[in-house]
Amino acid sequence: MLTLENVSVNYGAIEALTGVSMHVEQGEVVTLIGANGAGKTTTLRTITGLLQPRQGKVIFEGEDISAKPTHKLVARGISMSPEGRGVFANLSVRENLQMGAYLKKNKTEIAADMERAFKMFPRLKERESQKAGTLSGGEQQMLAMGRALMSNPRLLLLDEPSLGLAPLVVHTIFEAIDEIKSKGTTILLVEQNAHAALGHSDRAYVLETGRIVMEGPSKDLANDPRIKEAYLGE
Amino acid sequence: MDTFVQQLINGLNIGAIYALIALGYTMVYGILRLINFAHGDVYMVGAFAGYFLALSLGLAAAPSFLSLGIVLVGSMLIAAVVGVIIERFAYRPVRKYSRMTTLIMAIGVSLLIENLFVAQIGAAPRAFPDFLGSQSQLPYRLFGNAAISKAQIVIFLVSVALMVLLQWIVYKTKVGTAMRAVSFNLNSAKLMGINTDAIISLTFGIGSALAAAGGVLTAQYNPNIDPLMGILTGLKAFVAAVLGGIGNIPGAVLGGLLIGAAETFVVGYGHHIGIASTYRDAVAFAILILVLLIRPSGLLGSTVQEKV
Repeated sequence: MLTLENVSVNYGAIEALTGVSMHVEQGEVVTLIGANGAGKTTTLRTITGLLQPRQGKVIFEGEDISAKPTHKLVARGISMSPEGRGVFANLSVRENLQMGAYLKKNKTEIAADMERAFKMFPRLKERESQKAGTLSGGEQQMLAMGRALMSNPRLLLLDEPSLGLAPLVVHTIFEAIDEIKSKGTTILLVEQNAHAALGHSDRAYVLETGRIVMEGPSKDLANDPRIKEAYLGE
Repeated sequence: MDTFVQQLINGLNIGAIYALIALGYTMVYGILRLINFAHGDVYMVGAFAGYFLALSLGLAAAPSFLSLGIVLVGSMLIAAVVGVIIERFAYRPVRKYSRMTTLIMAIGVSLLIENLFVAQIGAAPRAFPDFLGSQSQLPYRLFGNAAISKAQIVIFLVSVALMVLLQWIVYKTKVGTAMRAVSFNLNSAKLMGINTDAIISLTFGIGSALAAAGGVLTAQYNPNIDPLMGILTGLKAFVAAVLGGIGNIPGAVLGGLLIGAAETFVVGYGHHIGIASTYRDAVAFAILILVLLIRPSGLLGSTVQEKV
């Protein structure tokens, strides 16, 4: 479904990604784990066109999307919940969700999608007319995910959904990820929380200073002694 | 009391014009963090667009509300196109560079427009057609000596209508929600599928149309228009936007009305406390300095937020 072919990305003179190749297949949850600054967010920004690769290609459903402007990707079926949640703090919860459905015209469909988001995250329903900036970190994360789902994406990109959240909230977020997967949406999950990410994904890539250093089924990586030592703190 | 009411009417009237222009400054700042120094000149372009429209359509000879309406709408459309062109060809190409580059560009565009107009049509003032017959007609007596002219009534009504319309667009429509989304986080907005360049164009278009309305309305009150009329008025409207809290839409309206009122009160009452009426133009800038010292984020502005 999504393929990165030998992608290198620079920030000025600094190489942030070096020859990254990876793929995500229909229906999978694939996770990209790595330490801070390893290039996880850069990878997502490159997929969404916020950054241009210096070399290599990003291919989605057979089409090279490397040079496609970001705002065209939603229509292609890619949606992203950005790092730091990226909700519109100055907009209400409802308005944030409406922006997630920006390209949709059918009002009844939008209303139905919104109900679905509220069903997945009932807390958002309670806060419907509140400004997103007044929400707790966990609620903002729920909103960012709910908003990303409003476009009914085929591929959902999640950037550090558990960052800075209390363990109980992290649990809620990962349950939601399982639920989204069960409904058939493909997910690329970028996480620092390797333990949770490996527990809720099919396959995983490990990124270190801009290079993929390991890949394989998440179960295998979770039992790999190197991963255990470096990422799982065992 | 008469004087107070009279000065208040005059002040709020000028203030309404400042508010219309200040809205453009504040909307563009809200979305791009750019002080669009060419905005005062778009106000001037709006006035001249109205003037030439009236001449070419022969409307100057047929003063009526309808003629004013046609000229007003026409000049707003022309100014909107001018604003969109300025953004597209001057600001957009340099948006990726530092904010200083865009600022210098804005100053350059401003000087270019002014000097193009001076070179093309001369610096001498022209007389804008008096569509309402306001200048020959006695104003309506309210009470005592306080009075309001037809032009003032029209200025109030039209500017309030435009502000209500803007409020509705920004807070009640999908495209307005997108404008607010873009102003908060450009990249997140792109991820929603919002064509952010189109939203930025639209913002320039709306802001420029409002400035043009200000230009045509001012000209019903003070018919002398010239290519440099936008400099001082533009700066005062900018001060109004800062006073209200730049980036804040209700703040721009409040700031405009306050600056207008302050200015006319200096004329009306200043001599009691030893301030000559010639200080009227200095007031706005004294207010600017005070605001920056005491409340840099403006009256309604929240804490200054840096864009990342």
